[in-house]
Amino acid sequence: MSQDAIIEIKDLEVVFGSGSAAVRAVNGVSLCVERGQTVALIGESGSGKSVTLRSLLRLHAPKRTSIKGSIRVAGHDVLSLSSSALSDFRGEVCSMIFQEPLLALDPVYSVGDQIIESIQRHKGCSRAEANKKALALFERVKIPSPERRLAAYPHEMSGGMRQRAMIALALACDPQVLLADEPTTALDATVQIQILLLLRELQKTLGLSIVFVTHDIGAAVEVADRIAVMYAGQIVEEGDVRTIMRAPRHPYTKALLQSRAHGSLDRGQRLATIPGAPPDLAKLPPGCAFAPRCAYAQDACREGTIALVSLGESHGARCRRTDVTHLPHTESVEA
Amino acid sequence: MILFILRRILYAIPIMFGVALVCFSLVHLAPGDPLVSVLPPDASAELQKQLRTLYGFDRSLPEQFFSWILRAVTGDLGTSIASSRSVTEEVFRAVKNTLILASFATLIGFFFGSLFGFVAGYFRDTFVDKLASFISVMGVSVPHYWLGMVLVIIFAAQLNWLPATGAGPGGSADWAWDWAHMRHLVLPAITMSVIPMGIIARTVRALVADTLAQEFIIGLRAMGLTDFGVFRHVVKNVAPTALAVMGLQLGYLLGGSILIETVFSWPGTGFLLNSAIFQRDLPLLQGTILVLAIFFVLLNVLVDILQSTLDPRITRQ
Repeated sequence: MSQDAIIEIKDLEVVFGSGSAAVRAVNGVSLCVERGQTVALIGESGSGKSVTLRSLLRLHAPKRTSIKGSIRVAGHDVLSLSSSALSDFRGEVCSMIFQEPLLALDPVYSVGDQIIESIQRHKGCSRAEANKKALALFERVKIPSPERRLAAYPHEMSGGMRQRAMIALALACDPQVLLADEPTTALDATVQIQILLLLRELQKTLGLSIVFVTHDIGAAVEVADRIAVMYAGQIVEEGDVRTIMRAPRHPYTKALLQSRAHGSLDRGQRLATIPGAPPDLAKLPPGCAFAPRCAYAQDACREGTIALVSLGESHGARCRRTDVTHLPHTESVEA
Repeated sequence: MILFILRRILYAIPIMFGVALVCFSLVHLAPGDPLVSVLPPDASAELQKQLRTLYGFDRSLPEQFFSWILRAVTGDLGTSIASSRSVTEEVFRAVKNTLILASFATLIGFFFGSLFGFVAGYFRDTFVDKLASFISVMGVSVPHYWLGMVLVIIFAAQLNWLPATGAGPGGSADWAWDWAHMRHLVLPAITMSVIPMGIIARTVRALVADTLAQEFIIGLRAMGLTDFGVFRHVVKNVAPTALAVMGLQLGYLLGGSILIETVFSWPGTGFLLNSAIFQRDLPLLQGTILVLAIFFVLLNVLVDILQSTLDPRITRQ
């Protein structure tokens, strides 16, 4: 592992519930994020990307969740922090922005009050100082007339403004790591790109390390240095953005990229889709979880555990058929 | 904000007028002769007619209503038929006593109701939750006059710790803030607090459970708040609705305590209503009902204003 790694996840397993109803949301995720790097976790709903992200702050209800493996963030062993050390860690070292800020902000406190509360909680400074800092944050995330907006309640702001306020709240205590849980999904397209540009700019000026969860490949390409593709609780392929976009080697990544509209589709032309549905996480099949939907699958794919195959520097895919997956599908079947 | 308060008070005026109309009509719709309690059984027709004119019962109902409401606006609710005393005076003495009793009962009920509600909401589906829910269901279901009598039997008759009836030593109806009077308050206030306690506990439990399931609770944890920090946010989210329920309960207790006040001979509005009904004392009856209804309306206005200062989403436009 790299010396510069600020986030190191090793063999993370997250199981909700127990017994036969146990849902294995994350099955052995290992991920390394270097300081100042942005990594995008992409995948469809239920692929375990948000669960992985929330594990970094240990936000899952401890009673119903069992977490195995190890998570190190900026030198903190997250899974063994005491509860008071954990709350010091949250927001101060590592903070999070959410998909829908209208739900993630307390509706009966003004946005400014929530930012001030966070600053006072971690920095222990006076209210006047915290207020000054909050104002500077609002200017930093480019909210117009910041004094007035600080006194506004979440429901009084527009969607884009709320997400900016949420980012200001997350940056309130100068964290080193920012976790973004689908921060643009709830916004309309023109606002999405503004928020992505803002995140990229903040990442550069503040030297943040960002883990960005999304199911929007376009958004991932816009902000990320590296992409990790998740399916059924595992990272199935990981590499830098260029490699993943140009030469994906896992059949799932390939199918995902093909199911996007490139530029314009001709009238009447069907958009490529992935047949079947994602597996039930309570009843995962043996072998590769994607095999039932995979055009390249062979019998060998349906047993044992699939190891990560290294395909060059910082590129890997969890697939037994990487020898043929770079070829178009028809040729591979003949081979 | 001041405009909002003024507007709320203005809205209340037509409601109060409607309330006055309804309580006047209800009282006059009921069968029976209001003069039966003051007239001797063998009174002559001449005397009956004379008294009827004296009290104004010979005029048409709309005429009676408007002369009553015009005088009511100036604070004159007429004269009690049974006692020949001013209704306004009688009602306000009773209101004061009831207000003392109902406020204490609501405070006790609100305190324990919130306590049980928060504990049950935070420890949902545990033994503590079941116990708190059991107590609050009991509070709503137990007949309170029965509970009152049981408390009297235990604490007044058996243990002799507290007085059984009245609002002061020697049956005095004038309240004073000393222990001699306060000890008369204990049993009726506890009896009366049981219903608001149960209702507030159930409401607060549901509100707490609902608030804890919201996404922003995770958001607050993610920004590093401790459990106590999160608790403060939960309280502020729960408070507007809990206060509204408390205000409504206080309103119910102001008028709906006939049974408890009768069991404890507490000289309040319930007791007054009880005797006014049995004596068919129409001026006293409609005066008491009107004052209670107006209290209820004003209390709602107060709760509205309180809520809007606590919850910014309630519009002040």
